[in-house]
Amino acid sequence: MGVDAYADRRKDRIDALAARSVDDSPGVSLIASAWRRLRRNPVFLLGLAITVSFVVLAVVSPWLAPYDPAANPLIDQVRPQSNPIPGPEPGFPLGADDRGRDLLSRLLVGSRQTLIVGVLATVFGLIGGLVLGTLAGALGGWVDSVVMRLVDVMLSIPSLLLAFTIGALAARPSQWTLIVAIATIQVPVFARLLRGTMLAQRHSDHVLAARALGVKPQAIVFRHMLPNAMGPVIVQATLVLAVAIIDAAALSFLGLGNPDDRQPEWGQMLGASQQYIYDHPHLAIYPALCIIVVALGFTLMGESLREALDPKSRR
Amino acid sequence: MSATLSLRDQASPTSGPLLSVQDLQVTFTRQGEESFHAVDGVSFDVHPGQTVGLVGESGCGKSVTSLAIMGLLPKRGNRVEGVATYDGVDLLSLPSKQMRDRRGRDIAMIFQDPLSSLNPVVPIGVQVTEVMERHRGLSRKEAMPKAQELLERVGIPDPKARLKNYPHQLSGGMRQRALIAMSLACSPRLLIADEPTTALDVTIQAQILALLKELVVDTGTALIMITHDLGVVAGLCDEVNVLYAGRIVERGDRHGLFGQPRHPYTHGLLSSIPRLDAPRGEQLNPIPGSVTDNLPWTSACAFAPRCPHALELCREVTPVWELEPGGRGLRCHNPMEPEEVGHE
Repeated sequence: MGVDAYADRRKDRIDALAARSVDDSPGVSLIASAWRRLRRNPVFLLGLAITVSFVVLAVVSPWLAPYDPAANPLIDQVRPQSNPIPGPEPGFPLGADDRGRDLLSRLLVGSRQTLIVGVLATVFGLIGGLVLGTLAGALGGWVDSVVMRLVDVMLSIPSLLLAFTIGALAARPSQWTLIVAIATIQVPVFARLLRGTMLAQRHSDHVLAARALGVKPQAIVFRHMLPNAMGPVIVQATLVLAVAIIDAAALSFLGLGNPDDRQPEWGQMLGASQQYIYDHPHLAIYPALCIIVVALGFTLMGESLREALDPKSRR
Repeated sequence: MSATLSLRDQASPTSGPLLSVQDLQVTFTRQGEESFHAVDGVSFDVHPGQTVGLVGESGCGKSVTSLAIMGLLPKRGNRVEGVATYDGVDLLSLPSKQMRDRRGRDIAMIFQDPLSSLNPVVPIGVQVTEVMERHRGLSRKEAMPKAQELLERVGIPDPKARLKNYPHQLSGGMRQRALIAMSLACSPRLLIADEPTTALDVTIQAQILALLKELVVDTGTALIMITHDLGVVAGLCDEVNVLYAGRIVERGDRHGLFGQPRHPYTHGLLSSIPRLDAPRGEQLNPIPGSVTDNLPWTSACAFAPRCPHALELCREVTPVWELEPGGRGLRCHNPMEPEEVGHE
């Protein structure tokens, strides 16, 4: 028993040493060593599990959902005066909403909207930020000043307020309103981050060495600066995904999203549950829980990714 | 070695200097602050196939000189004056686009830290071929075999496999060899090496210096060697320029300069080198003070506050540059006499 414990401890010690020696050897890239640390990080694994199952559910939900989210099989049981919300019964594990539509099916299918809005808003925000940040960081001078003042102005407005304003300006609200509004508020964040890392690259030795070899400015920006400046931006993108999902829920809760409730969306379901919140709180709790868990998954994943890639937090 | 010397002797008189730097001045200007003369009237010639050393402490202007010749100093905050004639063309007045075409093709540069001077996300092979694609109009496919030859030429074992490696997968010496391969990819006639061995450990330093020497001899490339390490200069350079506070204070061929240093600064540099044949426990003789304790050249000798030989005159009158026959040059009011010097 004692010998076994000792042997185990020694094995762990050797493993730890081996992991460290591999970390330090020049043969392992930053990404590989980050992955080695992430693989043992329970926080990252939990985040990854949540995120992966959310994405899989969202993709297969139309085939997984027991009912069409727009159909109302329990409409007969809805009594506006005595019993507006049909409770759980066989075949309807979570019950139905105020129009007799199966709540579970709506939650499942609703994940698609959340995924689409979250991912597209992040991607568009990233693209906008990449363009502005590259312009500012690569060209410098007055372009940098103009772009950065624009970014400062956008950052000075509370982001959700800015998103509401953009959402409210849309003539006909749809999920695209959400995507555009949320992407817009992410642009300055990405732009500022990228500009900072680009500036650091501009003064780096390998860029000077490339210039000393006569490499053309475009090639310097796109081959030598941008790929080296992208790391923190990619990490930021995983964190922004969580924020985008919460913001999307907030906007559609306030009715700035897709008004067509035949296409379920978690924030919009949350908004619709308001009038029944005292007697039937589960209508609000289920979609809220979904939003929280998914946002938590992305946040856990993004945070541990950031920590793993941050040279300051490495052992 | 004797064969190479004779080769150089043939080459230099017929063709004149390859690079002639005349009165190079670099001034750092910043709004609201006094401007600073980082390089203050430096002149020297480099003949084809010749190796010229620029030696001095940190901050004496040697790297700034090389960056100014290459046109790599940022435009803002720097004023570059003077002439640097390469092959009959003044590099300093060349439009930046034309200068860009010459960098890497006519003049190349090797930097101090080989890891940070390589792009970490691009394989070595692509980085070497990039230069050839840029200046020789080759496609990457055409350039790859040439890149492999180059890596082999600079002594990288298994060059075919190394082409696909990323910089972090190579050792320090390998990286510097890869950088040398990149700078030689278009067979430039002038190579500037800015402290190429400072970031390497001693055994690798010797290998890299031997490689540079071999390449210079084989290809006939002229080399400007920038270093604070007199040992490097002693083994490699035909002519040595000692810089202090932005001006050349002494010049000579390496035998003359090391055998009979005339300027007290050169003497100080030489006597601050640890010697294997010195008695045990003997203290090193550092030069007192630092390069920031200097007087302006305009009305004094900048080295006077640190100089053991300083006279009253040194603090009042600027010493002039005096060229002696045989290529020796000196800027000093009170040079050391040969008998005072205890070297060799």
